[in-house]
Amino acid sequence: MKHLWLTAYTDIIESLRARWFMVYSMVFGGIVVLLFAFGLSESRIMGFTGLSRLLVTYIQLSMAILPIFVLITTVRSVAGDREAGVFEYMLSLPVSLAAWFWGRFFGRFFVVFLPVFVAMLGAVIWGVLKGSEIPWDLFVFYTALLMALAWCFLGIGMLISTLARSSDVAQGAAFITWLFLLLFLDLILLGIMIQENLPPNTAVAIALANPMQVFRTATMMLFDPQLVLLGPTAYVILDNFTQAGYIAYAVIYPIVFGSVCAGIGYFLFKRSDLP
Amino acid sequence: MIQFSNVTKKFRRNEVLKNIDLSIQRGQRVALVGSNGAGKTTLIRCLLGQYNFIGDVSIDDMDPRQSRQLVLSKVGFVPQLPPPLRMPVGQLIKFASSLCAADPEEMIHVAQQLGFDAVHFKHQPFVKLSGGQKQKLLIAIALGRDSELLVMDEPAANLDPEARHILFKLLAEKQKTSAMLISSHRLDEVASLVNRVVEMDQGKIVLDDEVADLVDMSSKLVCSIKMIRPEDAFAKALTEWGFKPTDDSVLWNGSIAGPDRLRFLGMISRYAALLAGVQMNELNG
Repeated sequence: MKHLWLTAYTDIIESLRARWFMVYSMVFGGIVVLLFAFGLSESRIMGFTGLSRLLVTYIQLSMAILPIFVLITTVRSVAGDREAGVFEYMLSLPVSLAAWFWGRFFGRFFVVFLPVFVAMLGAVIWGVLKGSEIPWDLFVFYTALLMALAWCFLGIGMLISTLARSSDVAQGAAFITWLFLLLFLDLILLGIMIQENLPPNTAVAIALANPMQVFRTATMMLFDPQLVLLGPTAYVILDNFTQAGYIAYAVIYPIVFGSVCAGIGYFLFKRSDLP
Repeated sequence: MIQFSNVTKKFRRNEVLKNIDLSIQRGQRVALVGSNGAGKTTLIRCLLGQYNFIGDVSIDDMDPRQSRQLVLSKVGFVPQLPPPLRMPVGQLIKFASSLCAADPEEMIHVAQQLGFDAVHFKHQPFVKLSGGQKQKLLIAIALGRDSELLVMDEPAANLDPEARHILFKLLAEKQKTSAMLISSHRLDEVASLVNRVVEMDQGKIVLDDEVADLVDMSSKLVCSIKMIRPEDAFAKALTEWGFKPTDDSVLWNGSIAGPDRLRFLGMISRYAALLAGVQMNELNG
């Protein structure tokens, strides 16, 4: 266990000095700054104003950016480390493969979640200083959802990094995975499939299996508790899950999905050539 | 101590190692030589448990893949190309010493002996060090712990003559208790360090020979080189070896590490036409 945390800590130190982390942090910090700069907290939509309005927009933007950022940075750095000889040297030291793989996973999770959370926390602190009302329930719920989403795509990223032997192939695979999940959102292919009379059960199953759609539906639920925006599918979700049940599902399912992907990644890593 | 039995490694259809049989005992210092693509690095990676392969590899009767931590705790490894680690020097030492259950102070001490002040550079990212500094630190991490097998890929390639001498002395201290596998493209780079040469070509061992073990690894030779006239290129080469000229820049004096004699003679042979005299005397003690 000591080696696992040591590897995680080392990975955090490595990542904090990497250029991708700077860009990643600037993007999420920049979003919050821009949202304030454009006076989004002063505007109103569907009854939401102030910090709640800002957080709702931030979470929608995060859904678009976070998965592709986590995927690309994970596969680039992990596959890149393998190509550059980092694996050859580090794995010549007496560290167990489990401690190495999971240590990197936990370290990387901390690093990818930190800027997203800090940006959101920054918005809340700014709100406190300005004397705005703080929507703590929204803050806690969004934090949990973002954690689950980051965990999920980190797991997928670790699996892709294990399967792809070069960073070019890994990046291509990561992009296609993200595109595939993006297409199966209600906004795009899933919407068209429903128009083309796809059986409702299949449409709901796809929506519940796609972690990006699960995240999107859960975030919509907060400002639209009856899911009016989602159409008839909302009845299936609310009848089968209830609102609290779906929120729990939206947090647990991506975590399970990411863990299973990372678990398969570890299983393959253990059996393959390491460097 | 090390046993390779019928080891074959393929990358898709490309057979990189072909039925390798090799046995290395404690106290042996083996030069693993061969051109690019001969299979040296693949053989080392199989030994470190990093590759899957057909056949058996064991270190002290243990499989390096199955008993990874136990086996690797006995192995000190210095790669040919330093990894581009962004972590600071202090963190790398802490990480390696903690995994190896070693004293970080010992690694710092070895680095100091080699001429690298690890304490001064502890906040400096590893990747920002010079080639020689990286090499010294990786050697210090490998030698600053109780390793019974040293696997080194061109360990002295980036070192200055003084650091090479210290490295040879450190290796001399380990030679009775450890086995050494030193990989290089060129035999003259490592010839004086070893008592056995294994040459590889296209995935096979084409030569396996014992060599005379007459050179004391910790010895030093005092040298005097006289030129027929001052010559810039030769003077530059001698300066790189730490030699100092007399007033007329014709006579140069300095010292070299005993195991470096072949390499040194190789260097001065390139300027044979300029030589008026060569004197080499081994220092006693």
